[in-house]
Amino acid sequence: METEYVLKMEHVSFRYEKENVLEDINLAVPKGAFVGIVGPNGSGKSTLFKCVLGLLKPQQGKIYLFGTPIEAFKDWHRVGYVSQKANSFNTGFPATVYEVVASGLAAKRGMFRFFTKKDRQAVSEAIEAVGMSAFAQRNIGELSGGQQQRVFIARAIVSKPELLILDEPTVGVDIHHVQSFYTMLDELNRRLGMTLILVTHDIGTITEKVTHVACLNKHLYFHGKAEEFEKLGEQTLSQFYGHPLQVLSHQH
Amino acid sequence: MIEAIWQYEFLRNAFIAGILIGFVAPLLGVFIVVRRLSLIADALSHVTLAGIAANLLLGKNFAYFANWNPLYAGMGFSVVGALFVEKLRSIYKYYQELAIPIILSGGIGLSVIFISLADGFNTDLFSYLFGSVSAVSRQDVWAVLAIACVVIGIVVLLYKELFLLSFDEEYAVISGIRAKLIHFIFIVLVALVIAASMRIVGVLLISSLMTLPVAASIRIAKGFKQAIGYSILFGELSVIVGLLLSYQLDLAPGGTIVMLAVLILLIVIIWKKWKRG
Ligand SMILES: Nc1ncnc2c1ncn2[C@@H]1O[C@H](COP(=O)(O)OP(=O)(O)O)[C@@H](O)[C@H]1O
Ligand SMILES: [Mg+2]
Repeated sequence: METEYVLKMEHVSFRYEKENVLEDINLAVPKGAFVGIVGPNGSGKSTLFKCVLGLLKPQQGKIYLFGTPIEAFKDWHRVGYVSQKANSFNTGFPATVYEVVASGLAAKRGMFRFFTKKDRQAVSEAIEAVGMSAFAQRNIGELSGGQQQRVFIARAIVSKPELLILDEPTVGVDIHHVQSFYTMLDELNRRLGMTLILVTHDIGTITEKVTHVACLNKHLYFHGKAEEFEKLGEQTLSQFYGHPLQVLSHQH
Repeated sequence: MIEAIWQYEFLRNAFIAGILIGFVAPLLGVFIVVRRLSLIADALSHVTLAGIAANLLLGKNFAYFANWNPLYAGMGFSVVGALFVEKLRSIYKYYQELAIPIILSGGIGLSVIFISLADGFNTDLFSYLFGSVSAVSRQDVWAVLAIACVVIGIVVLLYKELFLLSFDEEYAVISGIRAKLIHFIFIVLVALVIAASMRIVGVLLISSLMTLPVAASIRIAKGFKQAIGYSILFGELSVIVGLLLSYQLDLAPGGTIVMLAVLILLIVIIWKKWKRG
C-alpha cells in the first residue's frame, strides 16, 4: 500500500518582498506522524505554516493537503491550527472557555446552522482532553498563559481535525506545564492518530516525542526520523543553521 | 404617566420604537465594542445626518420630496457610508482607523453644506440630532420594527460566525468562514440600526447607546451571551427611564438616555471596585 501523505510540499518558495523567506521547500508528512520543526527566529517557520493554511500564496511550488492541491482544498475543518499569536488576543474579551472552544466548530457546522447536542458534547470532550473542564465557565481572560494555550488547543481539536498544526505553542507557558503539554500532544497523536506538525524552540524536549524532525532556515535542511536526528548531535545541528545541505527526502 | 402612554399615540410610538432600539443597538454594540469598531458607528451616524440633511434640502425645493420620510435617505447614506468605510479599510490596510476620520468628516461636511443650502437649522433637524418624543410617527415605528426583526434574525442566524470573527479574525479565515461577507453584512446592520435610532436618540448620540451599555456589561459578564444579556438590559433601562424623564421634564430624549447610560456605567464600575474591596 502506498503511504498516505497528509501534507506534501514540492519546491515551495515564498517571498514577502524581494528576498525569499522560504526557498525550495520539500516536505512530505505521512499520516499519523508527529513532526517537529525547529529553526531560529525569523527562519520562516510561521510563514511556512501560513502557506500551508492558505493564508499566503507561495510564488513557486505546489502544496497538497490530503492529496488535494491547496487551491482546490475546501475541507478546512480537517486541519486544526494553533497560532503563535493565539494567546496575544484581547484579554478583556467576554467569552468563556466553553464559548471559545465551541467557536472551533463554527465552520464545520456551516452558515445559518445551530450547534447540535452532539456538538456540545464534542466541546465538553475537547475541554476535558486538555484538562480544562474545571474552568469551562470561566472567562478566557482570567486564565494563565498556559491554561489559555490549552484552551486554544481544545478549540483546534474540537472539530476532530486529522492534521493539527501548532506554531510555538509553549511560548509563554511556564516550564513545568511544558512537559505535561507535550504528554497531551503525544496522546492526541497516539490515541487518536492525529497527525501533528509542531514548531518549537526547545529541540531537547521534542526529540523524545516526535517521529520526524526538520530544521528550517529558509531551506528545510532535514526531514527524517527522530532517532536519526538525535544521532546527529549538537555540532552538526549548528552546521545546519549555517550553510545549506541537500534535503534528505525521507521515504517510508 | 403610564396613562399618558396609552392616551397619546405619539408617546406610544416613541416607547415602542425606543424599546426596539434599546434592544438592537446594544446587541450590535457588543460585537462593535469587542472588535474595537466603536468609532465606525460614530462615523456612520454622521453620514446618516448627511442623508437627513439632503432629504430636508430636497423637500424644501421640490414638493415631491417634502413627504418623504428622512429615515430612508438616512438609511441609504448610512449604508453607502458603510461601503466606503470597508473600501477605505482595505485600501489603507495598515492604517485601518484612517477610514473613520475620512468618513466622519465627509459626513459632517456634506451635512453642513446641505443644511446651509436648506436655509439653516430648524426644529426638525434638532430632533434628528438629539431625538424627540413627539416626532415618532406610526410609519417610523413600522420601519424600526422591520429593521429590528432583520437585525435580530441575522444575528441569531450568524451568531457563531459573528462570535468567531470577533474573537479571532485570523482563525475565522483559516477555518473557512466567509469572513469578508459576514463582516460586510454586519456593517450594513450597524448602518441600518443607526438610521433607525435617529428619531429617538438622535444621530449624534446613537453610538453611545451602542457602546455605553456594553462598556458596563463587560465589567461584570461571564461569557459572551451574558455580555449580550446585560448590555440589552442596561440599554433598555436607559431608554425606558430616559424617555419617561424626557417627557416629564420636557428634555430631548437623546440626552436623558445617554446620561442614564453613563450613570449605569458609573454604578457598575463603582460596584465592581467596591466588591473587589
Ligand atoms: N508580513 C510580513 N511582511 C514582510 N516580511 C515578513 C512578514 N512576516 C514575516 N516577515 C519576515 O519573514 C521572515 C520569516 O518570518 P517568520 O515566518 O515569522 O519567522 P519565524 O516564525 O521562524 O520566527 C522574517 O525575516 C520576517 O521579518
Ligand atoms: Mg514564528
